[in-house]
Amino acid sequence: MSCQPETQEKLVFDRPAVLADVPTHYCPGCQHGVIHRMVAECLEEFGLVEKTIAVSSIGCSVFLYNYILVDTVEAPHGRAPAVATGVKRARTDAFVFAYQGDGDLASIGMAEIMHAANRGERISVVFVNNTVYGMTGGQMAPTTMIGQKTTTCPGGRCAEREGGPIRMAEIIASLDGVAYCARTAVNSVKNMAQAKRALRRAFEVQIRGEGFGFVELLATCPTNWKVSPVAANERVAKEMIPGFPLGVFKDASKED
Amino acid sequence: MSAKRVFIKGNEAIGQGALAAGCRCYFGYPITPQNDIPEMLSAAMPAAGGQFVQAESEVAAANMLLGAAACGVRAMTTSSSPGVSLMQEAISYMAGSELPGVIVNMNRGGPGLGDIGPSQGDYFQSVKGGGHGDYRTLVLAPATCQECYDLTFTAFDLAYKYRNPVLILGDAIVGQMKEPVTPREALPVDPAEGGDWKLTGRGQRAPRLLKSLFLEDGALAGQNRLLQKKYEAMRAEVLFEDFETADAELVVVAYGSIGRIAKSAVRSLRAAGVKVGLLRPVTLYPFPEDKLRELAAAGKRFLTIEHNLGQMVDDVRLAVRGLADSAFYGVFPGNLPTPDEFVEPIRAAAKGA
Ligand SMILES: Cc1ncc(C[n+]2csc(CCOP(=O)(O)OP(=O)(O)O)c2C)c(N)n1
Ligand code: SF4
Repeated sequence: MSCQPETQEKLVFDRPAVLADVPTHYCPGCQHGVIHRMVAECLEEFGLVEKTIAVSSIGCSVFLYNYILVDTVEAPHGRAPAVATGVKRARTDAFVFAYQGDGDLASIGMAEIMHAANRGERISVVFVNNTVYGMTGGQMAPTTMIGQKTTTCPGGRCAEREGGPIRMAEIIASLDGVAYCARTAVNSVKNMAQAKRALRRAFEVQIRGEGFGFVELLATCPTNWKVSPVAANERVAKEMIPGFPLGVFKDASKED
Repeated sequence: MSAKRVFIKGNEAIGQGALAAGCRCYFGYPITPQNDIPEMLSAAMPAAGGQFVQAESEVAAANMLLGAAACGVRAMTTSSSPGVSLMQEAISYMAGSELPGVIVNMNRGGPGLGDIGPSQGDYFQSVKGGGHGDYRTLVLAPATCQECYDLTFTAFDLAYKYRNPVLILGDAIVGQMKEPVTPREALPVDPAEGGDWKLTGRGQRAPRLLKSLFLEDGALAGQNRLLQKKYEAMRAEVLFEDFETADAELVVVAYGSIGRIAKSAVRSLRAAGVKVGLLRPVTLYPFPEDKLRELAAAGKRFLTIEHNLGQMVDDVRLAVRGLADSAFYGVFPGNLPTPDEFVEPIRAAAKGA
């Protein structure tokens, strides 16, 4: 009789080496971490880790560099696409991605994202839309949904007073320099798989020199939405996805 | 072996100087009176194997500069007053992240939209930081087209020596006038430059990080202590032109185009037997305060002449404090002075009037 256990544990899910093994500063249920992981996986799958330069931005994700172990420069609020333009122009052989929240990208940084996309900069932008300013305590963002309560629209966002939520993926897709543009969500396993595919495509168009790659990811901010992580995920499905339809809005070259 | 003399504008001299000094990324946005620079570099930079981007704004141009600087590539942006105001955010971040880059300000009249004529109204903004936070940029003030060329070389060298943004502060006079310039031999940039900090993609080494956020307890104080040390060390880079101050009773202090016009006035007064001299700061930060103090200790009087309502005069007074004061003669922005305009104010100050 053998003393060996009959079945050995098999590792089916590992941490990408480029992802640091450190405690996270993100709140429970925050999906910045999930998205970091997907970005890290893509970098490894494409063998990009050694030639990547990341541009981190302002907001809860500024500490991207504590988690994704690649060369990184920090950009001022909203300016990540301009900084990434400078990086890519200086090092045309590098793989360059910027990581921005909705406050960062769609408010102060509106001009920079539009023009970098329009120029067709060979960069990839990971755009995390949680419909709120996370880091500063839950104020209204350009993407805040009609009726959504925040600390600066306590009665709920009102279209007549504050305008409606800006749908960035649709706007970016309309620009000539864009090679790939999609909106995804990370609220379910199915959507996560789609989000990962979208990130891969956004990276791929840069690798192939085809143009600008953009992925909007609908994500949660349970802390500032003042709901549990589970309820936050439900909100993504029930409220956000209907208002921010998922899909690929532009794909310059479909063949894989 | 240096190339043949060329007859070019101050603006073009800056563009050519940058190319010869190894600048390979240029980002800009049109504004008078510096458009010759982006116009010439839009063709010359790609021809030299570099990158030219007309940015969507000065905000973006300066942030592109930040990105290229983080990669250790010699990079430059140029603008004029309102545009440089928009660049201040990125300049502050570059100072905080210790990134080298060259920013040219062909100063025009302000405040606000002002006019497109020459002015020195951006002195305070240039030498006292300009953006938010405690920081300094080295500031170089050319008075001739040759200096536009030479100081652009100096600017890149200093930017890398100190890992800091360097400003070139000119104006519409020096930018728009044409003079013979002797170019220098183009420099092959040392491939080791920035080797211990620049971002290249990490390869086999540990990842590098360039940032200006320091949240941990005491971290920001530590960073600012380091920066302060660096700004102190920059004092060694002081440059100035000393014109006949040795036996002068009155020393005129003036920089850039105004320094040059004042020099003509000083020369004509000298010919008339009046004992005056000129001290022209070439670096505005660091400021030639030791030299001024030495002159004050030797009993000289001072007259500061500027193309503004009185800015550098504060630094002159600080430098000579306890020993002397400085009179002030200001040319209002929007007016173009001739040497003759300065003769009487200098003569009066020389008499101690
Ligand atoms: C110029 C400037 N204005 C304001 C701020 C303050 N600020 C920091 S983070 C932030 C909002 C970030 O929100 P978002 O991009 O949605 O990221 P999140 O925190 O939700 O991940 C703001 C306004 C700043 N850092 N700089
Ligand atoms: S505040 Fe919101 S976005 Fe920021 S870490 Fe917490 S959950 Fe995430």
